[in-house]
Amino acid sequence: MAETQRVGFFTDTTLCIGCKACEVACKEWNDVPADGFDFLGLSYDNTGELSADTWRHVAFIEQVVPDASASEPGLRWLMSSDVCKHCTHAACLDVCPTGAIFRTEFDTVVVQADVCNGCGYCVAACPFGVIGQRERDGRAWKCTMCYDRLHGGLEPACAKACPTASIQFGPLDELRLRARDRVEELHERGVSSARLYLDSDDDGIGGAGAFFLLLDEPEVYGLPPDPVVPTRDLASAWRAAAASGAALVAGVALAFMRGRR
Amino acid sequence: MSAGSDGLRTYYDRPVLKRPTWRFWIPSYFFLGGMAAGSSLLAAGADAIGDARLGRAARVTALAALGGGTVGLIADLGRPERFHHMLRVFRPSSPMNMGSWLLAAYGPAVGVAAVSNVTGRAPVLGRIATWSAAALAPAVATYTGVLVADTAIPAWHGARTVMPGLFAAGAAASAGGVAAAVVPNAAPARRLALGGVAAEVALFSALERSLPDDVRVAYTEGRVGRLRRAATRLSLAGSGMCAGGSVRAGGAGRLLTRLGGVAITLGAAAERFAVIEAGRASAGDPRATIGPQRRNAAPEQTPEHA
Repeated sequence: MAETQRVGFFTDTTLCIGCKACEVACKEWNDVPADGFDFLGLSYDNTGELSADTWRHVAFIEQVVPDASASEPGLRWLMSSDVCKHCTHAACLDVCPTGAIFRTEFDTVVVQADVCNGCGYCVAACPFGVIGQRERDGRAWKCTMCYDRLHGGLEPACAKACPTASIQFGPLDELRLRARDRVEELHERGVSSARLYLDSDDDGIGGAGAFFLLLDEPEVYGLPPDPVVPTRDLASAWRAAAASGAALVAGVALAFMRGRR
Repeated sequence: MSAGSDGLRTYYDRPVLKRPTWRFWIPSYFFLGGMAAGSSLLAAGADAIGDARLGRAARVTALAALGGGTVGLIADLGRPERFHHMLRVFRPSSPMNMGSWLLAAYGPAVGVAAVSNVTGRAPVLGRIATWSAAALAPAVATYTGVLVADTAIPAWHGARTVMPGLFAAGAAASAGGVAAAVVPNAAPARRLALGGVAAEVALFSALERSLPDDVRVAYTEGRVGRLRRAATRLSLAGSGMCAGGSVRAGGAGRLLTRLGGVAITLGAAAERFAVIEAGRASAGDPRATIGPQRRNAAPEQTPEHA
């Protein structure tokens, strides 16, 4: 096989119409089980969050915005389809004790269901709250970027189903160039709040395989503003452990020093 | 979207992170594993000064605690029958994987040390096992602190330089506490318990002070705050009883020491549960995630639609 490029998602939220075709296509293609019929009362969002059983999640945000031309404030809708970020430095992969989570030839991050033993470490490690443990099944599950479809030369099911090209799939380099042009275009059209999220390699996760064009701060969409892979700081924790271990030995030695009773 | 009085904006106040899925088995193991490690060190010390009663009590405690803890570790897995997958790979970036290899070496040493001591068979092998277990014990007592620190959870990750020390202190307190309860005349056990409690109290307060306000609340408020304060009170009360018991002669003094040892041990257990529960609360609180990151990311960001 020829050397493969890193592929990814560029989700342009200015084009999202909140149809949830991505959620449905993902469920169908990947045979993801139901995640409950909960009424959350959060605008049109009854999905709530990404989880073991939800690999695409469309967020709905209703904002009252001052409109300079009108006497009354207007309403604006923000809609955004969230997904696993397929981090360059992926916390789930780093902490996985079994090697179940691996990096594919497409530079995506995938869980091997036949290896995962359901320890749950990845769940606590992910700085985006993406990966979850499936109840009853016991194992961890998340977006695979349709690993099987990529093998067949197809784009992921969510991107294929998106009717407005809000979800764009392709080589990451190309997507990043396209995204920068798009932001420039939006700025020229007066949409000054347009900004890219996770589009650079020098953030706390070393860049993401899935990045976004947003119209407000990331936290408004439920995304962390400055995510960091926890293993970045692992050495400092081990140094503290070494010092503490030495102190423990010294403490025990001291307890015996004065002899018996 | 919702904005609080602090001006911080969230997605309907929903958590950014997932709460850890670990059940009560995991804090139980953190407690029991620490107790085993502290007991392995006590056993080596008892051999060094020739205290056979303390040496036996510590070895048996180490084996019982580690056995119980390991059962808990496996029981907590979503797929317990695949527990051996932990040793499929050698992965330094995963403290849980490192811990699994550590336990694979430490467990047999603890087992051989205890069985040899109780049965009196293979004394040379027993001595080697005792000192091997003691050599691995500091790592066993502290790696669990690294394990929780290596997560995205603000109350754990933010305290990463204190957590291993707190867990080591709990190991000393619980091992000393159990040994004092079983062998109330053993002064080294009492001293280890008292030293462990002093370190626990000091490090828990250092841990809280090291965190920003919006992260610290996970340890101070509600059910977790009550548990954490109860843990400290138990530990301090137990210390008082141990100290009091050691200066009183006879059966009453021994009883007081035993009860003190039990209280110190329960205090160390409550402390581990408080740490894990604080992590759960912290993961569920979007402000603990967003606040520190927002202050970090800072400069150009100003809300355009307040």
